[in-house]
Amino acid sequence: MIDLRTHPDRYHHWTLKIGGRQAELVLNVDEHETIGDGYELKMNSYDLGVDIELADALERLRFSHPEITTVLVRSAKDRVFCAGANIGMLAGASHQHKVNFCKFTNETRLFLEDTPAHFIAIVEGTAAGGGYELALSCDTIVLVDDGSASVSLPEVPLLAVLPGTGGLTRLTDKRKVRRDRADYFCTLEEGVRGHRAKEWNLVDYVVPRSGLPSLLDSLTPSIDEPHQRHVTGIVLNELTRELTADSIDYTHIHAHFDRANGVANITIQGPDVTPETPAELLAEGDASWLIATAREFNDLICHLRFNEPTLGTLLLTTQGDHTVAQHYIEAIELWRDEWIVDEGLALWSRTLARLDLTSRSLITAVDSNSCFVGPLAELVFGADRSFYLDDGDARLTVSRINLDAFPMMNGISRLASRFWGEPTRLEELTAVLNQALDAQTAEHLGLVTFIPDAFDWDDELRLALAGRNSFSPDALSAMEANLRFVGPETMATKIFGRLSAWQNWVFNRPNAVGPEGALQRYGTGLTASFQRERI
Amino acid sequence: MELIDYDAQIPNNVSLASDERLKRALEQWYPGYLNWWNQMGPNGFSESEVYLRTATGVDPKGWAQFQYVKMPEYRWGIFLAPGDPERRIGFGEHLGEPVWQEVPGEYRAMLRRLLVVQGDTEPASVEQQRHLGATAPSLYDLRNLFQVNVEEGRHLWAMVYLLQRYFGRDGREEAEALLTRRSGDEDRPRMLGAFNEDTPDWLSFFMFTFFTDRDGKYQLEALAQSGFDPLARTTRFMLTEEAHHMFVGESGIGRVIEATVNAMKASAIEDPYDTDRIRALGVIDLPTLQRYLNFHFSVSLDLFGAEASSNAANAFAAGLKGRFNEHKIDDDHQLASATYPVLRRDGDNIVARDEPALTVLNARLRDDYANDCTNGVKRWNKAIERSSIQFQLSLPHLGFHRRVGEFQMMPIDPDGHIAPSTASFDDFTAEYLPTAADRSYINSLMQPVYDRGTYASWIAAPKVAIDNKPGDFEFVRLHA
Repeated sequence: MIDLRTHPDRYHHWTLKIGGRQAELVLNVDEHETIGDGYELKMNSYDLGVDIELADALERLRFSHPEITTVLVRSAKDRVFCAGANIGMLAGASHQHKVNFCKFTNETRLFLEDTPAHFIAIVEGTAAGGGYELALSCDTIVLVDDGSASVSLPEVPLLAVLPGTGGLTRLTDKRKVRRDRADYFCTLEEGVRGHRAKEWNLVDYVVPRSGLPSLLDSLTPSIDEPHQRHVTGIVLNELTRELTADSIDYTHIHAHFDRANGVANITIQGPDVTPETPAELLAEGDASWLIATAREFNDLICHLRFNEPTLGTLLLTTQGDHTVAQHYIEAIELWRDEWIVDEGLALWSRTLARLDLTSRSLITAVDSNSCFVGPLAELVFGADRSFYLDDGDARLTVSRINLDAFPMMNGISRLASRFWGEPTRLEELTAVLNQALDAQTAEHLGLVTFIPDAFDWDDELRLALAGRNSFSPDALSAMEANLRFVGPETMATKIFGRLSAWQNWVFNRPNAVGPEGALQRYGTGLTASFQRERI
Repeated sequence: MELIDYDAQIPNNVSLASDERLKRALEQWYPGYLNWWNQMGPNGFSESEVYLRTATGVDPKGWAQFQYVKMPEYRWGIFLAPGDPERRIGFGEHLGEPVWQEVPGEYRAMLRRLLVVQGDTEPASVEQQRHLGATAPSLYDLRNLFQVNVEEGRHLWAMVYLLQRYFGRDGREEAEALLTRRSGDEDRPRMLGAFNEDTPDWLSFFMFTFFTDRDGKYQLEALAQSGFDPLARTTRFMLTEEAHHMFVGESGIGRVIEATVNAMKASAIEDPYDTDRIRALGVIDLPTLQRYLNFHFSVSLDLFGAEASSNAANAFAAGLKGRFNEHKIDDDHQLASATYPVLRRDGDNIVARDEPALTVLNARLRDDYANDCTNGVKRWNKAIERSSIQFQLSLPHLGFHRRVGEFQMMPIDPDGHIAPSTASFDDFTAEYLPTAADRSYINSLMQPVYDRGTYASWIAAPKVAIDNKPGDFEFVRLHA
């Protein structure tokens, strides 16, 4: 089983060094410490285990070290920054694991980009494939030019796959590399070195090793200005959870698995009590409802992705006092300038985005015990289908934060996505902010799909779940991914919708993964044998 | 740019005079090369006339022409060993196909990389040995040093020729870059670790030419098997020159041993560990020699790369780089299902494990190399045995003091015992490497001896000098 929980004391591959307002993330991959069998992580190459640590380190930077304004990302290995995803791992992994691995690494790169501190990748030696993509996700790339240091995306010529962690997209969209140059660059096994890398904007600075300290000195102060935050953080303790064969229980979240129907029934507890002041919330630290629940939910989503591939539908509901929950969210809205609240909402935002990207059917049920408000209401707005028990009680509220605190990967809120092309719907909502809405009102406002009454409720839900379970999981994954992200394209939607989708296709093609494909043959000395038809 | 009389100034058998593209490339590169030589070549001997061997052709008469020449005027030249029009690729996926006279497109990047790495080592050793002229133990040794230097320079030419002739603009850029990297430079180091180490004294130089140049022999021999014919032919010719470098190393250490055991016998010292008394004789004690050997053998092993290497496998499968003496090996030369035993750590032990032969070609080449080194050590030990002093030199275990591959940074002693995990690599291995005191003692011996026929106390005269000249021949005419 893959466990997403870790701690800097247990890292095998990364070191997180904190010094003043600057942190260093140092990659020194332990070749033998792999999450699967049959490969070694040479040349600072990574598998999921390496990325789980990076994701954990990013989370801790945000919560435990909010004072940090600059993060240097560098390698402890001589002459190699990072060689990217390990090819032996990719060659041996199931399709499902490969896809989920890529998804998780892509999320982690995007979360890195979303972290307020300024990230500087210091590329000493070679940054190949995913190694360069890691650098691309940083704000600034410094190439320490010793005459052999290079950046490259050699996936096409070497492996017959695509750079899978946003490489193509970040080249053209983020770094504005001209597409003909990008095309050439992506077909060069050995990549680009020195001044051409700078000239093509593949990196921001090219310096000799002796010039690095003064360059970093000159970069750091100007970078610090917008992010100066003189605060101390909170400790993130290990999540406790209890697993049985068919359930997983956290403090605030309970999930039980209906394996016959491929459903994970997930219940999220709302808050019990509202802190009086932001200081009180800060004092609660990682035990505060805002933070603890998001961390648990995040862990649960990843756990289901990696360890429970046959649970195709997530039935999401909430439980708790709706009035208390609404009070809690109203308080939070008043304290949005507080860093801990800001970070708590950002954590929810990332977690909800991870849910959107999860290839499972999302069905939300608003029933008599529910408290859908704030981030929990997003589960209704973002569901593939939602049901609201029409019994006259009101358990759903639209808050101001639902309009702007939890953007989807397409850059707009779930409500704006929901009402894409219907701006008047959004305007109607501003009139009912912070009001508890009953099923009929919610339906009228377009916030839910169906509102069965008590007589039909069980049947309707049962039919919806059974129907879902009868369709092809692949067709559902593709349909949901297409319907969920309406409207504008962002770098993230391109990465997940275009790059990843093509990569997932390539991962099924014999040229990459067949017995004579490039991934299988890489490193064996045998050349791949390609089917020459273009599809 | 002055006009060059190519055939006179650059002896060659590649029709340089009629190859306009190559001439143009060389015209750009040559001034940079001379500039590099003047900056980084032997320090202070540009005006000296050195009795050097120059190759003016690849036949027996042409490749060893001796004459006095100033090093900057040395005729470096470009030579390919004679070709065989019937030659076929001897290994890999293209086994049996005619060899390539032009670079196959799909292997262009891989081949260029092989050439650049090989090419980078050649000027590196010149840079590493730059200061040794100031402390040579005799004119004979001084000449040998300079012979090694100019031939390393010529070997750089060999790789540059291939880059310029066959790799277009990229090749010309790589050829330029070979002149801009510098051994040990923080900003632009040479590509391989051992070529950034200091060669601070003559003992290190002899160790370097014995151990590190021997790595060169094995790499060149593997490249001499190449299906890319121009590479095979140029490296085959390089090997004839390389043999002399190893002779310099092996005979140099042999002469150090001879001086030591003779001095010990003359003073009736039998205990090889009686360091103070031995050193008082102005010779190098054998345990110190062993520590130098430990160092140079282990850093040279690192040059072979990690045991398992996809690059090596790819280069073999592509027919670009074979095994040592590939043509003499009795197997299918494709290795699709063959295995080869490789040393691996298994808990507290080091065990040999059979692994797919294709992926562990580096380990195999390294094993061939280590066997070759063993033979040299045996010959040294014979000289010690004859003196009846109780001491034997030995090669340390393959896992000792390694920074690359399976045993990197593992505290393994020269006998192959793994220290408890609490031992740090540096603390543990330092015990068996030259100490600061050793180095300072060796350094104290490094006084130049420039009188004809005279040798420093710590090294015996050669049994036979070069080109059948007597030992007191004026091998180097120092400039006034």
